[in-house]
Amino acid sequence: MFYLIQLLNAVQYGLLLFLLSSGLTLIFGIMGVINLAHGSFYMVGAYLAFWLVKLSGSLWLAVPIAVLIAFGVGLLLETAIFSRLYKRDHLYQVLLTFGLILILEELRSIAFGDDVHGVAVPELLNFSIPLTETLSYPVYRLFVTGVCLVIAGAMYWVIHKTRIGMMIRAGNSNREMAASLGINMPLLFAWVFAFGVALAALAGAIASPISSVFPGMGHHILILCFVVVVIGGIGSINGAMIASLAIGLADTLGKVIAAEYSAIAVYLVMALILLWRPQGIANKA
Amino acid sequence: MPAISLPRTALIIAVMLLALFPLVSTTFYLQLGAKILIMAIFALSLDLLVGHTGLVSLGHAAYFGLAAYTLALLSPKYQAANLWLTLSAAMIAAALAALIIGYLVVRTAGVYFIMVTLAFAQMLYAIFHDTDLGGGSDGIYILVRPELTLAGFKPLNLEDPLEFYYLALICLIIVYAFLDRALHAPFGRALAGIRINEQRMRSIGYPVFTYKLVAFVLAGALAGLAGYLSACQFGFVNPDILGWHQSGVVLMMIILGGMGRLHGAVLGAFAYVFLQEILSSPAALGAYAKHWQLSMGALIVAVVLLLPHGIGGCIDIALRRQSYRHRDPESVR
Repeated sequence: MFYLIQLLNAVQYGLLLFLLSSGLTLIFGIMGVINLAHGSFYMVGAYLAFWLVKLSGSLWLAVPIAVLIAFGVGLLLETAIFSRLYKRDHLYQVLLTFGLILILEELRSIAFGDDVHGVAVPELLNFSIPLTETLSYPVYRLFVTGVCLVIAGAMYWVIHKTRIGMMIRAGNSNREMAASLGINMPLLFAWVFAFGVALAALAGAIASPISSVFPGMGHHILILCFVVVVIGGIGSINGAMIASLAIGLADTLGKVIAAEYSAIAVYLVMALILLWRPQGIANKA
Repeated sequence: MPAISLPRTALIIAVMLLALFPLVSTTFYLQLGAKILIMAIFALSLDLLVGHTGLVSLGHAAYFGLAAYTLALLSPKYQAANLWLTLSAAMIAAALAALIIGYLVVRTAGVYFIMVTLAFAQMLYAIFHDTDLGGGSDGIYILVRPELTLAGFKPLNLEDPLEFYYLALICLIIVYAFLDRALHAPFGRALAGIRINEQRMRSIGYPVFTYKLVAFVLAGALAGLAGYLSACQFGFVNPDILGWHQSGVVLMMIILGGMGRLHGAVLGAFAYVFLQEILSSPAALGAYAKHWQLSMGALIVAVVLLLPHGIGGCIDIALRRQSYRHRDPESVR
């Protein structure tokens, strides 16, 4: 039973990672932009949720509003800053997004201070399913898992079955060719970027009741997302899914078996995959 | 690709100014000066990778921090450690880590390389942060600075800020001269070739992987030297010195100074530390100084968008010298 709980936690964490890393990998794949600030958008989502719950008293209202705000911020950032980066070297993308992290982190500190804040779980979901006499599983975590699954399914459907998905896949495999076939790439870029930011914010917002909100919460998860993207292969949603679950499992089980070394387990997995397939498990050489 | 160094006269003047600086300086500025010199060594080591080999490492602080930790762990509690022993141990540790990590990461390129170097650096961070090996997140104090002995003499006393400043300056000059020689030697030309067109170098018959790995290890060892000196100066190490913030800062320095130029890396280190001092000084900015990261972040964004060649590039242009910025195929097209 204990391991069932850990397994459920691992899947929930892995799916949350998927929400983040799918946006990251799409932004890489389509625009060729490395975005270090992706973890900061996760943090922004969580703090927006915290703030909106305080204002409205309801997570049901807070999450959609936070996601909408993040989408708007994403559109704004794309037009104002990121659109100038597409032709530039990765180095400048790294640096600029590093600057953005500093800005977002400091704005967070000015607006909310440096304390840890909790976000209440909504009444409706604030109970646990008893598994044995002493162990039980909180329903909210199941809810998060469900939300992630629904979104992953919707993404799969959009990318593989719709016209927009076709454009995304075309842009992913060859930007110039897609543009010359008449796809409005700047518009597609803006939407994909904003969508990625919104997904990161959604992940932060629904995770906030579980993880609470705290300074620097975007950093650790960003590194894990990088590991996911490296393992899964850039631009590959399927690869991101497999890798997210694997990392979720490695991280959660690592914490159970040897807490001090759990972080290392994740990187060992990455090192092995690098030796085996440097281009990621889902990409062909 | 033309020569990378400043004219000799400019270099000699710069060295003389740095050597004479203590005459007019207070202890506070001496310590700040030594810090800048150390960061300049660190920036030079990264420039070997980023500016000269075309490998954008976002985990360079790992080797800096590892060497610092090596000194901290090898120092006896109340006695001075031997500088030669601990320094070589620290640089070997950094080089060894760079060899192992480099063996894995150098086979990747572009965005992968950036992410993987960052991830491995965070692994080292996690090791020092999560386990008791290096005192956990609290770090370790180095109560007594290492002792420099030479044939029975003690030419420099590291406890004295003035003498420490000169030690840092000597190290910087040695590293600068060494890199200048190396980059003008066939080794450096090969690295430049790899940066500009890796495929072509490979087809000519250069062992590209080995060259990159050697550059990676060399950069790691030199970063180790900087980390060692830094630990000497502050007498304290904690996991933050090998975190990604530090890696980002040193990358910022070489962009600020203009990458691919050795003097650019040094200039960048000066510029960055000065900027940080000004932006975080209450005397200059009042209550707003507390939020210096905000202004620093905005400045970084502005530099990337407005000054793609860095300060060094502006100086070059001002001197009507040819711009050395390597043109990546994208911008030529």
